[in-house]
Amino acid sequence: MGEHNIRNFTINFGPQHPAAHGVLRLVLELDGEVVERVDPHIGLLHRGTEKLIEYKTYVQANPYFDRLDYVAPMNQEHAYCLAIEKLLGIEVPRRAQLIRVLFSEIGRLLSHLLNVTTQAMDVGALTPPLWGFEEREKLMIFYERVSGSRMHANYFRPGGVNMDIQPELIDDIEAFCDPFLQVLDDLDTLVIGNRIFKQRNVDIGTITLDDCFRWGFSGPIIRSCGVAWDLRKAQPYECYEEMEFDIPVGRNGDNYDRQVIRMEEMRQSVRIMRQCIDKLRAPDGQGPVTTLDGKVSPPSRKDMKRSMEALIHHFKLYTEGFHVPAGEVYAAVEAPKGEFGVYLVSDGTNKAYRCRIRAPGFAHLQGMDFMCRGHMLADVAGVLGSLDIVFGEVDR
Amino acid sequence: MSAELQALSDHIASSLGEAIEDRAIAYGELTIVARREDIVRVATFLRDDPQCRFVCFVDICGADYPAREERFDVVYHFLAPHHNRRIRVKVRTDEATPVPSLVELFPAANWYEREAYDLYGILFSGHPDLRRILTDYGFEGHPLRKDFPLTGYVEVRYDDGQGRVVYEPVKLSQEFRNFDFLSPWEGTDYVLPGDEKAKA
Repeated sequence: MGEHNIRNFTINFGPQHPAAHGVLRLVLELDGEVVERVDPHIGLLHRGTEKLIEYKTYVQANPYFDRLDYVAPMNQEHAYCLAIEKLLGIEVPRRAQLIRVLFSEIGRLLSHLLNVTTQAMDVGALTPPLWGFEEREKLMIFYERVSGSRMHANYFRPGGVNMDIQPELIDDIEAFCDPFLQVLDDLDTLVIGNRIFKQRNVDIGTITLDDCFRWGFSGPIIRSCGVAWDLRKAQPYECYEEMEFDIPVGRNGDNYDRQVIRMEEMRQSVRIMRQCIDKLRAPDGQGPVTTLDGKVSPPSRKDMKRSMEALIHHFKLYTEGFHVPAGEVYAAVEAPKGEFGVYLVSDGTNKAYRCRIRAPGFAHLQGMDFMCRGHMLADVAGVLGSLDIVFGEVDR
Repeated sequence: MSAELQALSDHIASSLGEAIEDRAIAYGELTIVARREDIVRVATFLRDDPQCRFVCFVDICGADYPAREERFDVVYHFLAPHHNRRIRVKVRTDEATPVPSLVELFPAANWYEREAYDLYGILFSGHPDLRRILTDYGFEGHPLRKDFPLTGYVEVRYDDGQGRVVYEPVKLSQEFRNFDFLSPWEGTDYVLPGDEKAKA
C-alpha cells in the first residue's frame, strides 16, 4: 500500500456510549490508535435553564439547580441561595448554616463516590460501582428524610433551609460516619491500590498548574497540581471558617492523583460532618432554620392559622415572590466538581434579570482536547472519567 | 477589604487610562467597564501586573439589555489566586460589532465565547472556531435574547411515517402565562381565560 493511502481516521464516541457519562458526542481524529484531536459536541442535554430562570420567581427557580449537577444537588442550590442572600443582605441563622454545611458535605460524598467508582469502571473494573452505589443509597435516604426527595431536594432556600432536621436523622447520620470510613478503606484497597487501576491512570492526562489557570480548572483538578486552592478555605462561606479539615493536594496532576484526592476528600468530608453534628447538638446550634424576615421566608403553618400577617406573607410569597434589590453579584461555592458560581443580575423585580450559571464541568470538558492529544484511544475514557463530567451542568 | 479593592481599582484606572470607562465596588465586588477595543489589553494587564495577577480564568457570559443602544454586555470574571481576589470586567457591544476574542490569552475563552455567540449572537473577532455549541445542529436564532420567546419557535417530534425526527412550529394548547407583578392593577398583556366575560 502506498504512502498516499495513509490518512487519519475519524470516529464518533457517543452520543450513547457507556463511558461517556451521559450524552456526549466526541469526534475523535485518530492516527492508528493515537488520538490527534478531540472535538466534543455538547448541548444534547441543553434545557435552557438560564432562560427558564428569567421567567420564574426567585424561589420557583431554585429547583432548576438540583437538575444541573444531579449527582450533588444541594451544592448547586447553595450557590444560588448565597447569591440571593448577598443581594438581599440577610443573615442566615446558625442552625441553618450548620445544616447547609452538613448536606453540602453529603453531596460531596455522593458525587465523589459516583466518580471514583465509575471511573474505575471506565478503566475496566466492575465491582467498585456496586460498592459505591450501596453507600450512595444510604446518603440519598438522608436526602429523602430531610427534604422529601431523594435527588431533587429543593431544600436550601433563600434565607435558610426549608425545614428543620429531626434529631433522629442527626443520630442516623452520625451512625453512618464510622462504618463509612471502613468502606472507604476497603474501597481504597480495591480501587486505589489496584495494579490495573494504577497502570491505566498514573501519568495519564497530566496537566500543569499553569494549564489549570489558563483553562479555568478548579476543584480536585487544580489540587492535583499541588496547590491547596479550595474555596471553603480560601473564601469561606457559611460556617466553613470554624470547621477543621485538611485539603489534600496531589503532585503530578494526572488521573491517578485526582482520584486519590477525591478519596481523601471524602474522609475530610466525614470529618466536617462529625463537627456539624456536634455543633447541631450544642445549645448554640439550636434555634430557627430560616431567617425571621417574613418578607423573604414563608411563615410556619401554625402561625398562618392565627396570624393575619403570616397569612398575607404566605400568599404574597407564593404568588408574587419577594423582590430583590437591583444589583449584580457573583457567588461561588466549592462544589464537588470545582468552583460552581452563580452570576445574578437583579433589576429590582421578583424575577432574576439574568442568572448565569458557571459550571465547573464546562471548563473541564473543554480541556479534553489538549489533555487527550497523543494518548491512546483507550485513555480517552479514563481522562473523561477523571474530569468528573456530569452533563446536567455542562449543558444546562 | 473594600479599601483594598478601592486601591486596586485606582491602580487599574491609573495604569490603563482611557481603556477603563467606568468602575464600581458593590457588594464587596469590583466591577470595571472597559472599552471594547481594549479588552485584550485590559485582560493582559490584569493577568500580568504584579498587583493584579488575575491569572485564573473563571467565566465569560453575555447579558442582554434591549433598551440600550449597545444592547449586549459581555461579562468577564477573573480570579487572582495569589491575592485571593476576584474581578468583573464588562464591555458593551451590539449585534453587529465584534468583541476582540481572548482565546490567545486564555484558551478556555474558546467555548465560553462560542456560548455567548450561540445564546446571544455576540460576535468575537479573532476567534478560531465560532460555531454554535449548546443549541441543536441547524438551530436558528439566539435563545437568551430578551426578544426570543421562552417557548421558542419550533418543536420536534418523531414522525413514524417518515421514519425521522421532524421540526414543526410550536403549538401551545394554552398560552404561556406571564403575570405582571410590578403594577397591581394591570394583569397580563393578553386576555386570561374567562376575563372576556366581564366585558360582555
